[in-house]
Amino acid sequence: MIDPWYPAVLILIILICLCFIRLILGPTPADRVVAVDTVNTLTVASMVLLGLIYQEVIFIDVAIVYALLSFVSTLYIAKYIGGEL
Amino acid sequence: MIAFFLTFFLSLFVYLILTAGSGNVGLWSVSELTAGVALSLVTAAIARKFLCRAGNYRMANPLRFLLIPVYVIGPFFLEVIKANLDVAYRVITMRIRPGIIRVSSELKTDLGIFMLANSITLTPGTITVDIDEKTHDLFIHNINVGTGDEQKLVLRDHELFSIADLPAWIRRIAE
Amino acid sequence: MIAEWIIVAFLAIGVIFNALGVIGLLRFPDLYTRMHATTKATTFGSVFTTLAVIVYAVSLYFSTIEPQFIVLGIHALIAALALAFTNAVGSHAIARAAHRSGILPVPAVVDRLKEAGR
Repeated sequence: MIDPWYPAVLILIILICLCFIRLILGPTPADRVVAVDTVNTLTVASMVLLGLIYQEVIFIDVAIVYALLSFVSTLYIAKYIGGEL
Repeated sequence: MIAFFLTFFLSLFVYLILTAGSGNVGLWSVSELTAGVALSLVTAAIARKFLCRAGNYRMANPLRFLLIPVYVIGPFFLEVIKANLDVAYRVITMRIRPGIIRVSSELKTDLGIFMLANSITLTPGTITVDIDEKTHDLFIHNINVGTGDEQKLVLRDHELFSIADLPAWIRRIAE
Repeated sequence: MIAEWIIVAFLAIGVIFNALGVIGLLRFPDLYTRMHATTKATTFGSVFTTLAVIVYAVSLYFSTIEPQFIVLGIHALIAALALAFTNAVGSHAIARAAHRSGILPVPAVVDRLKEAGR
């Protein structure tokens, strides 16, 4: 059977590149924040897959910390857009 | 004092999960256990006011804690699958009828409102936009407002879900 | 052998729903409907690709008793939980901030939040 992990990671990276179209086009700042949030989610998913491919558990730890940090940054940008900061 | 011990046990639990498989005392090594206890004491001393701000300790009952995985794996997961098939259908066909509706829930605790808002965000065609702080009403953006629903001022919470009655589950866990 | 087919099925489901989420992000007309696509479909897809990693780790742990695979499985499970949890709260924060800054849902049959004067 063909190793299924490599095509999955490749498709996820292509999807991340497609998100940049909305990041450039987006008419309002909030649209751009949604695009960045999607990029963060897909990055965490592909990091977990890469951690399995290279057999390194440390990649998955980095993915957990990346998810939490991107959550905090999303909250702060949302507060800035809503005018509470 | 109760808040201190609850925060201590919670942070020690998270630390032990993150370092499982490091040695041979059970699954952990002696140095990891020592560091975990010390760091949990520091965390509990600093952060005990954040976790138990409401001042009731109803969620310290382990039976209520064990209901949360049952809730997530059982009815919640079925609703998530149905919601995703619905979103896939709308992405392909673009048949949308969006609108923001108002939904009343009888929940009173903060944890209950939190769980209901997050469940609504991940399930059928709805995201929570805002919460009325006084009456605990939720403002929900619905991607496909049912015909006739735009005339009603306030909807009840169980009208949003079709497979399982998620608000009843949340009421059982958090109230 | 069964584990391999389960892994391929989970990866396929995850990648297809991620792709649907990104297509929805590009196709839908306004901010709130775009957030429907990204929040639900992307969270579901990412959780399923992570579930494939967990199934792989558990099946390898039962064939070779090595503790590093159970570590891999537990950490992937924590990553999936963090992802599902933070995506819901983050999307709620963005929607609330966008409505406060004056972005209205453009094709909308009803808007109770604007009528409530917030």
